[in-house]
Amino acid sequence: MSQPPEGPAWAKARRRRSLAIALALGVFVILVFIVTILRMKGHVADIGF
Amino acid sequence: MTETTARAAAPARWQDYVELLKPRVMSLVVFTALTGLVCARTPMNPLLAAIAILCISVGAGASGALNMGFDSDIDALMRRTRHRPVPSGRVQRSDALALGVILSLFSVGVMALATNLVAAGLLAFTIFFYAVVYTLWLKRSTPQNIVIGGLAGALPPVIGWAAASGTTPLNAWLLCAIIFVWTPPHFWALSLYVRDDYAAAGVPMLPVVKGAAATRRWILLYSLLLVALALAPAASGLGGTIYLAVAAAGGVVFLILAGRLARSSAGDLTGAAEGLYQVKGPKEARDLFAFSIGYLFLLFAALLAERFIGLPPLVR
Repeated sequence: MSQPPEGPAWAKARRRRSLAIALALGVFVILVFIVTILRMKGHVADIGF
Repeated sequence: MTETTARAAAPARWQDYVELLKPRVMSLVVFTALTGLVCARTPMNPLLAAIAILCISVGAGASGALNMGFDSDIDALMRRTRHRPVPSGRVQRSDALALGVILSLFSVGVMALATNLVAAGLLAFTIFFYAVVYTLWLKRSTPQNIVIGGLAGALPPVIGWAAASGTTPLNAWLLCAIIFVWTPPHFWALSLYVRDDYAAAGVPMLPVVKGAAATRRWILLYSLLLVALALAPAASGLGGTIYLAVAAAGGVVFLILAGRLARSSAGDLTGAAEGLYQVKGPKEARDLFAFSIGYLFLLFAALLAERFIGLPPLVR
C-alpha cells in the first residue's frame, strides 16, 4: 500500500473531498426522509374510519 | 486488464469526477426516461417523479464511471479517449470504480424506496448490463458489441414508465426498441471515422473486423428498420399527429443520409503504411452521426410535447 501524497495541494484536495462526501451523505439522508414522508402521505387515504 | 494510471502530479478536481459520469450521455438518458415516465399517463407525485429521474440519471452516471474505470486500459490507447480522467492519471482507476459502485447502490436503493421494485430492478439490470456485460465482455469480444450492448442505453424509457406505473406495457418496450435499433447506425457512423482508434486499442468494432463497405451496408439496413419502427408509435396508441409528422420527415432525412453514406467511401483505407491510414469521405459518416442524435431527440420531444399540450394519440 503506497503512502498518500503529501503537500498543501493534496491536503486541500482531501479536505474538499471529505466535505463533498459529507454533503452527499447529508443530501442522501434528506432525500430518504422526503421519500419516506411522501410515500407515507400517499397511504394515509388508504386508512378507513 | 492492466493498471494504466500513474499517480497524478496534481490532485483531481471536482470536474474530473463529473466527467467520469459522462454528463452528455446522462442528459440523453434523462430525456428518454422522462418521456417514458410522462407517456405512462399515470398520476404521480411530482417530487417523487423528479427523484425517480434523478435516480435514473445517477444510475447512468454510475455506469459511466464504472465504464471509465474498467476501460482505462483501452481508453489510454485511443486518441478520442486518452484525455479522460483515468487514462490521463487525474483520477485513480480504483476511485472511479468506487464512485461507480457507490452511485449504483444509491440510485437503485432510492429508486426502490421512491417508486417500486420493478423500476429499481430494471435500473440495477441496466447498470449491470452496461458496466459488466457490455464493457467487460461484449465490447472486447464481438463486432456485435454495440448492437447487443445498446440494450443498456435503450432501457431508460422503460424504467421511467415502470417508475410511474409499476408496469412495462408494449408501448414502453416500443420506445426501448426504437433506441435499440437507433444505436447501431449511430455508433457505426462514428466508428467509421475513428476506426484506426478502435483498431489500435484492439476493440473489434464492425469497421475494424468486417471493413467499411460492410459497415455502410449494415448502417443502411438498420436505418431502414429504424425508420419503419419509429413510425409504429403512431399506430400503437402512443404518438399523435406531431409525432407522425416528425417521424416521417425525420425518417426521410435519415434514409437520405444513410443512403448517401452507403454510396460513399467513408472509412475506406487508401494507404495502409504501418497504421498511417488516410480515411476518405468521412463527411457522410459525420453527417449521419450528428443527425441521428437530433432525430432521436425530436422523436421523443414530439411525444413529450403531445402529452404537455394534451394532443391525443392517433389510435386509442
